[in-house]
Amino acid sequence: MDLTLIPDGGLAWLDASGPLAHVVLSSRIRLARNLEGIRFAVRARDADRRRVLDLVDAAWQRSAAARGGARFLLDDLGPDDRQLLHERHLVSKELAAAGGERGGSSGAAVYLAGSLGLMVNEEDHLRLQTLHSGFGLTQAYGALERLDSELGVALPVAFHPEFGYLTACPTNAGTGLRASVLIHLPGLVLTKEISKVLQGLSQVGLTFRGLYGEGSEVVGNFFQLSNQTTLGKSEEELLDHLGKIVRQVVAYEEQARQVLLRDAPTIIEDKVWRAYGLLRHARSLSFDEAMNLLSGVRLGVGLKLIAGLSVYTLNKLLIFTQPAHLAALEVRSANDPELRATRAAYVRRLLDAEAAPPA
Amino acid sequence: MLCEHCRERDAVVHLTQIVDNAVTTTHLCEPCAAAKGVETGAGVAKFPLGDFLATLGKSGPAEQAEAGSDIPCRFCGATLRDFRQSGRLGCARCYASFDAHLRDLLRRLHGSSQHVGEMYRLSSAAAPAESETQRRLGDLREQLRRAVDAENFELAAELRDRIRVLE
Ligand SMILES: [Zn+2]
Ligand SMILES: [Zn+2]
Repeated sequence: MDLTLIPDGGLAWLDASGPLAHVVLSSRIRLARNLEGIRFAVRARDADRRRVLDLVDAAWQRSAAARGGARFLLDDLGPDDRQLLHERHLVSKELAAAGGERGGSSGAAVYLAGSLGLMVNEEDHLRLQTLHSGFGLTQAYGALERLDSELGVALPVAFHPEFGYLTACPTNAGTGLRASVLIHLPGLVLTKEISKVLQGLSQVGLTFRGLYGEGSEVVGNFFQLSNQTTLGKSEEELLDHLGKIVRQVVAYEEQARQVLLRDAPTIIEDKVWRAYGLLRHARSLSFDEAMNLLSGVRLGVGLKLIAGLSVYTLNKLLIFTQPAHLAALEVRSANDPELRATRAAYVRRLLDAEAAPPA
Repeated sequence: MLCEHCRERDAVVHLTQIVDNAVTTTHLCEPCAAAKGVETGAGVAKFPLGDFLATLGKSGPAEQAEAGSDIPCRFCGATLRDFRQSGRLGCARCYASFDAHLRDLLRRLHGSSQHVGEMYRLSSAAAPAESETQRRLGDLREQLRRAVDAENFELAAELRDRIRVLE
């Protein structure tokens, strides 16, 4: 796959330019939409998926918001390329898996233009999404809304006056909107306050999960907070509510960090510098180990213990140390056991380039 | 652990079922569990990391299907039973085909079944036609009767309001 075809490589959100970027990595919004008169995924036949793709293709070509975009048919990509798109958060695990199944007639596709993405023939016919740097839900929704309304004019979108936008799973009906904020909470984890915060989330209608879909483990103290319900509240209300809670969680996290610095400065400094030292010198790193060490270093940068290391570099390491990305760097398979050594070398190279002399 | 169903939320309901002498455990998030008709009970499994074990015998919720769960959606052929098994609807018309069931479910999932917000396109097919309105009125009156029987006066009041609007 020619990644240069992807506008910005789909990675503009990594640049750490958004608000609260030291704690909040990204804000993502997705909208689920379906077409009237065409069966949903569980009952769809090849011709249904083909028709969805044809209709969406025509609508996308006419959309001004989508200008300059690119299309990838998942059936045409090999497993490593599909995983690469998934690691870049451009397609879901399910869409990546769908490509290559059904003897190349999955109709699974992703359209990309700037920060906008559109998955076709996932669980729902259309899944529009956008990913923005830092804490920027309003900005993200603005970009997505434009594409949504253009597609809504061109396509027979299934809508019900009472139930709203109709989705394959009733948990998404209504607005079809799921917003999630990727947030780094090492302070709350270290002070053991995190379970209280997470418990509180479910009481206010929010839910959380880890950074990467695979496994249940929350890796590297990254949490994705998102709205649990999609019906009965407007898009603005849903985003406003999530935003308010995220702001509160960020405030708790900052408090926790100050408590750590005040009550256990040596322990924290030691933790941060050990993580940095390991990343600078290790010769073999598993993905989970790299994530956990990067969490320590990110905390050190946030607390201004480590100077001269940018959040952008840390973000880049999160994406490029994943298997398919490392494999693409060295023309290997994403399952190659030697990837651990490749990963360690890549981390050393990026950190050396920005090396700060230890204080 | 991710919900085996939606793979989006954490699994908080761990449903152990005994089917044909084999023990199977299904891990679900709360919305998906509710979609499958598993009652998690108030206060249980509210904490995402908490464990909840529901041990159900052979007559799991899927078997306690009420009458009508085999009547297919006229557009796609899916039945309520299919929906309970996959947790996914077969097409947009399923929402009309299983209207009463889905309204209940949406209320349990979201706390409301009335959409608020964006609506860029009110297609003619989705807008209730005259006969559709009559059918819905019938549904509502039936629901009202059941709500009164169950002494659920809050729901009954709400249903009366909805009926008045349609009349
Ligand atoms: Zn689920
Ligand atoms: Zn149907």
